[in-house]
Amino acid sequence: MIRLQLFLTFFKIGLFTFGGGYAMIPLIKSEVLAHGWAEAEDIINYIAISESTPGPLAVNMATFIGRTTGGIPGALCATLGVVLPSFLIIFIIAGAYNRYRKSRIIQGVMAGLKPAVVGMIAAALISLGMEVFIYDKHPGTLSSIISVIIFAVMIILSFRKKSPVMIILISGVAGIITGYTTGL
Amino acid sequence: MDLFLSFFKIGLFTFGGGYAMIPLIEKEAVENKKWLSGEELLDIIAIAESTPGPIAVNAATFIGKKIKGFAGALCATAGVVLPSFIIILIVSFFWEKFKELRVVRYAFWGIRAGVLALIAKALVSMFMKSSKDLLSYFLMGASAVAVIVFDINAIIVILCCALIGLVYTIR
Repeated sequence: MIRLQLFLTFFKIGLFTFGGGYAMIPLIKSEVLAHGWAEAEDIINYIAISESTPGPLAVNMATFIGRTTGGIPGALCATLGVVLPSFLIIFIIAGAYNRYRKSRIIQGVMAGLKPAVVGMIAAALISLGMEVFIYDKHPGTLSSIISVIIFAVMIILSFRKKSPVMIILISGVAGIITGYTTGL
Repeated sequence: MDLFLSFFKIGLFTFGGGYAMIPLIEKEAVENKKWLSGEELLDIIAIAESTPGPIAVNAATFIGKKIKGFAGALCATAGVVLPSFIIILIVSFFWEKFKELRVVRYAFWGIRAGVLALIAKALVSMFMKSSKDLLSYFLMGASAVAVIVFDINAIIVILCCALIGLVYTIR
């Protein structure tokens, strides 16, 4: 039963994921929290792990959540679910892709979807930011201040074209150092 | 089989999302195997952007179908997904074993802030790429507010934006 649910939920997520992985975070978050498959903090951890391993974010998240909730069969169902919509849609339109791309209907839909993608990423940033800066399991003002400092430094580094894997590595080391020094 | 192996390789070396994969696909599918021209690759990326799903999966399905029909699409897609699938399975076992360790907790305390920075960077670059008109700005703001403040389901928000864009374009 949980496997069918995993498949259907991630099918839905795959169907509505446009413009790369981050835009689907609000959707994943609400679905996963509604089913009680993970906590908000776990979701950020899974994003971090998905970003530091190869492969698309959507696939990695599906495999991870599927595996922790339904074992290896769960991972299989969730991954199949998230991939299947793209597979079917591309398969159907592959022959007529120029007509598809130039149709006014698709262009109109895309004119609405592209800003929605930006809006979804903004929503992900705000809701995860509240999680990290305010509700994190390391409570207290000092902890929040340290999170803000790490965040600010990583912003600067990421705009200097450091790769995501590097950012995650450096922030992990920063977390370990500050964690042991402050003893929080 | 050739498709499977090529896309397995592409999947294995793609870190950090679809756009990082484009140079890899170009080298493997355009230069080495000559499965398609550079022009066609650009078309595929454009189409992958306007259909749901990860760009890597979309591109694999498209190229696979072009080379060998349904079987080709299946092999290429399986190839591109399998490396992440296996790696995440392994990582998830370690995660469950070690997530309570103090050093792991501290590391992920820092990493969560780092991930936020990555998302902020993605937000800025997506914003820079998007069209600069009133409708676009309105939909960005409205969709973020709808999800954050009013807790409206993301699917409904996305569908509404698509509908507004459609009505605005073809009216």
